[in-house]
Amino acid sequence: MAATPLLDRSLLFVTGKGGVGKTTVTAGLARLLADQGKRVLACEIDAKGDLAAAFEAHGVGFSPVDVGGLSLMHMDTEASLREYLRIHLKIPMVGRIGPVARAFDFVATAAPGVREILTVGKLCYEVRERHYDAIVVDSSATGHIVGQLTAPQAIQSLVKVGLMRSQTEWMLDIMSDPSQTGLIIVTTPEEMPVSETLSLASEVADKTTVDLAAVIANRVLPERFAPRDEEVFDAIAKKESLRLVDDIVHSPTEEVFAAARLATTLRRRGSAHLVTLREGLSPSVPVILLPYLFARSEGLRMTVQIADHLGEELL
Amino acid sequence: MAKEPASFESLFRSREIVIACGPGGVGKTTTAAAMAATAAATMGAKVLVVTVDPAKRLADALGISGIGNTVMDVPSKVFKNAGVTPQGSLSAAMLDTKESWDALINAHAPDEETKEKILGNPLYQNITSRFIQSHDYIAMERLYELHSSGKWDLIVVDTPPTRNALDFLDAPERMADFFSSKLLRWLVAPSRSSVVSFATRPFTQIADRILGTQFLQDISEFFLSLESMYGGFIERARAVQRLLAEERTSFVVVSSSEMVPLREAEFFVDELRKRNLDIGGVILNKVLPDSLSDPSVHATAQRFADEREALVSALVSQVGCEEDVARRVLATVSSSYDDFSVVAERERQSRERFSRSDAPVMNVPYFDHDINDMAGLLGLGHYLFPHLKK
Repeated sequence: MAATPLLDRSLLFVTGKGGVGKTTVTAGLARLLADQGKRVLACEIDAKGDLAAAFEAHGVGFSPVDVGGLSLMHMDTEASLREYLRIHLKIPMVGRIGPVARAFDFVATAAPGVREILTVGKLCYEVRERHYDAIVVDSSATGHIVGQLTAPQAIQSLVKVGLMRSQTEWMLDIMSDPSQTGLIIVTTPEEMPVSETLSLASEVADKTTVDLAAVIANRVLPERFAPRDEEVFDAIAKKESLRLVDDIVHSPTEEVFAAARLATTLRRRGSAHLVTLREGLSPSVPVILLPYLFARSEGLRMTVQIADHLGEELL
Repeated sequence: MAKEPASFESLFRSREIVIACGPGGVGKTTTAAAMAATAAATMGAKVLVVTVDPAKRLADALGISGIGNTVMDVPSKVFKNAGVTPQGSLSAAMLDTKESWDALINAHAPDEETKEKILGNPLYQNITSRFIQSHDYIAMERLYELHSSGKWDLIVVDTPPTRNALDFLDAPERMADFFSSKLLRWLVAPSRSSVVSFATRPFTQIADRILGTQFLQDISEFFLSLESMYGGFIERARAVQRLLAEERTSFVVVSSSEMVPLREAEFFVDELRKRNLDIGGVILNKVLPDSLSDPSVHATAQRFADEREALVSALVSQVGCEEDVARRVLATVSSSYDDFSVVAERERQSRERFSRSDAPVMNVPYFDHDINDMAGLLGLGHYLFPHLKK
């Protein structure tokens, strides 16, 4: 059975080691889905504002804000709890929630799965209610993602009765359904990100019911030279030819060549890591390459460029 | 240069603790290992590096793979293979959160019964691996423990990746707050007496409906059995806090000059300053060559592009290749230069903005290979301590 294409799923968790561009990729993916005419919600779990920055949006909170045709929200477990109490317990006590929420926050801090279930529960709720066609989640970094994805199981094993337990069933149904939910691991062609990606991939397979939908290798330097061209480049970059070049240009050009040499070296070094990545993953997991962007800044422009590149790979 | 890079050397000669902190993915672990290895090799000091998650090949190279929490001496053979006779010695320890918690409970539980009760609690494992930034706290706790042993002249600490720069600095304080909090007492109260206080009633009622009483009881039992240790936790958290603030401790912020990491590093520097903690310096990894943002090289690159046809005809006979190949290669050389100079220019400007703060900034170039052996570490160390003889 062919896997459901990435863009047809309704809940996509995006994770990755710090510094690999997880947020930029999340933003690009959300942008692409919205460009396809879908109703899209993009949610940043850590709520540091990086996702909002990728859209150059302001005033983002738990209540979604519209940015250029897609909705953007920050996760907030206290607000999620408040919404939960309002919907499920019909407790309108907005004024009195303060101390209760603090106490609950305390329990959530100490007890496994509680904070996560408020996060995952909110997202699954939006899926179930079909408020959006696609929800893209800028999730926790690699170290915490498994805890997040297994929150329903953690609650099931620790909480024996109560409302929250009874609701883990339908959440699990959504999370475990590869036609609805998928995990995307973002990496870069470097040693540590690749090795973390591979160990996370096997941990996800062992411990969670969520389908690893794709691995996205970000910041892949483009191949500058075809093999024959590279030979010629090496020949030109040799001393005698370089002197000829210098004479024509009227100044030393070695440093102009340095960039191409750097690009080639870095590309070669990255390629080896990409091979390790591909070989270490199950053949059924697609690996999508995104080019390194020589951008002037990281903002909407980069988000749009990432969306375009993702479109080329996925559409 | 106003910011004398030699200060990194004086830092490593004078401090007992150097903490490498900063955003993830910038080579923090490798940098910490390089600084420790170089200090051990050249300064005649007994150095310990506490590392969080080294790349496997690096760990293998240092002989510290899979050692968990035990401190291992890096064999001097490892230095000899890199062509160096170490003046001092290097030890290494990994940081394993779970093992550290177990050790902490084992060492500080008041009696066997409490120890068994805590270690056997079904929530224990979950809680310790996720306790309010327990990873950060345990890193600090472990540092305190190792420093208190008095075995090393210098301890270099690689910090765990944090969601937020503050987490790791605030972990001891937060732990102290946590254990002295009123909420904790509320939570523990119901299982202690049947009288539920007025204040907790709305919480218990709601929590009961959502989570069920049993779960709440499990949690409060856990905290109850831990209660005898609160005092110790708070005390050590405070001691760590003091140690971090003392003159013998310095922080080195490690970053790359990319936008997001640099922004985080700037934030980190501000926070360290706000807390009156000593900033020994800033290390920026993966810095592109200066020539890429040099106006005179820009001009050369421009003429190089303008003269392309002249170059093509000259090179075809010199190198003996087809015209279109030569043209394509030259065009690629130009576009590579243009591409990288955009990034280099942007990064140079960010760095300039950054170096206006008074912390010494050290730039480390892009390496064309991964650093995964002692020779590589010492090579990196050479950039950091340029005045040291190789």
